[in-house]
Amino acid sequence: MTSARAEILEWLVQRVTAAILAVCVIVHLAVIVIAVQGGVTSKEIVARVGGSVPWLLFYSVFVVSVALHAPVGLRNILREYTSFGRRTTHWIMAAVCVLILVMGFRAVIGLYGLGA
Amino acid sequence: MSSETITVEIWRGKEEGEFQTYQVPRMESQTVLDIVTYVQRNLDPGLSYRFACRVGVCGSCAMTVNGKPRWTCRTHIDKVAGDGTLRIQPLRNLPVIRDLAVDMTDFFEKWTQAKAQFVPTATRADDFAQVSPDDPQRKEASAGIECINCGVCYSACDTVAWLGDYLGPAALNRAWTLHNDVRDGGRAERLKAISGSGGCQACHSHQSCFELCPKHLNPTASIAGLKRATVKAALKGEI
Repeated sequence: MTSARAEILEWLVQRVTAAILAVCVIVHLAVIVIAVQGGVTSKEIVARVGGSVPWLLFYSVFVVSVALHAPVGLRNILREYTSFGRRTTHWIMAAVCVLILVMGFRAVIGLYGLGA
Repeated sequence: MSSETITVEIWRGKEEGEFQTYQVPRMESQTVLDIVTYVQRNLDPGLSYRFACRVGVCGSCAMTVNGKPRWTCRTHIDKVAGDGTLRIQPLRNLPVIRDLAVDMTDFFEKWTQAKAQFVPTATRADDFAQVSPDDPQRKEASAGIECINCGVCYSACDTVAWLGDYLGPAALNRAWTLHNDVRDGGRAERLKAISGSGGCQACHSHQSCFELCPKHLNPTASIAGLKRATVKAALKGEI
């Protein structure tokens, strides 16, 4: 893939995931606001999310979107504020993507497992 | 009016230098370029600056005036020096040659990098191209073609300041007008040229270029058009 093509597709991925995240964040915040009405306990969280396939899918989409969205933005910041080369920023992008995927899915699958 | 004076601070030196203060008589309808010219002719003959037409056509006289890039020949003192003081500096984002004159080489080099030149497809044997003024592409091109290459947008752009290889609003605006020229044959190559790490995707849409363009063009909108065009081309496999 040419660098121009990669640049365009990365930009597109960041915009598409931004649109998905806009919905995900609103749902996430709305659930928090509703959930705190009765006091937040781990038991209550597990009762809602644990073993729930719709929530598993929702948070999986959330994690994948963040894992794709954040590294592109971070790469842009690094380009503008540091003198890191293209290769270096790409490796940092890849590492951040993997880190978010691992941490995110650890939480998502862990919570799902608690209710299964 | 002529009995009054205005305090003017003008940058002297290169990247390293200092402001010098002058007292310049106020005149009616006085422009920033009038002030600089008065200083050079009457107070300090060694002052370096650049101008040519004095009527907003050539794009030579842009400078930073009270912190913002302006075309000085058509910037009236009344509009920019409300408190009676004026600070004039060279344009930002370009190397200073001396005093108020900057080296525009990078600015124009990036036009070349962006392949911002017309690529003809017709020959002498072909008839004139028929382009209706109502054609949507013609309207997009018309909205951006009055650029005078003054460098105000390039100087105003934060992305240019942060990202050294960013092509900048003027070169990208020119690329967009050519992209909308039905006679042009260089679209795919041009879209590729403006999509590298310093390409149109780097624009943050701060719109300083739009706010300060003396010709009231909107390079941010042109760049947004290029972003859409590059995505379409990439999805079609043309890039």
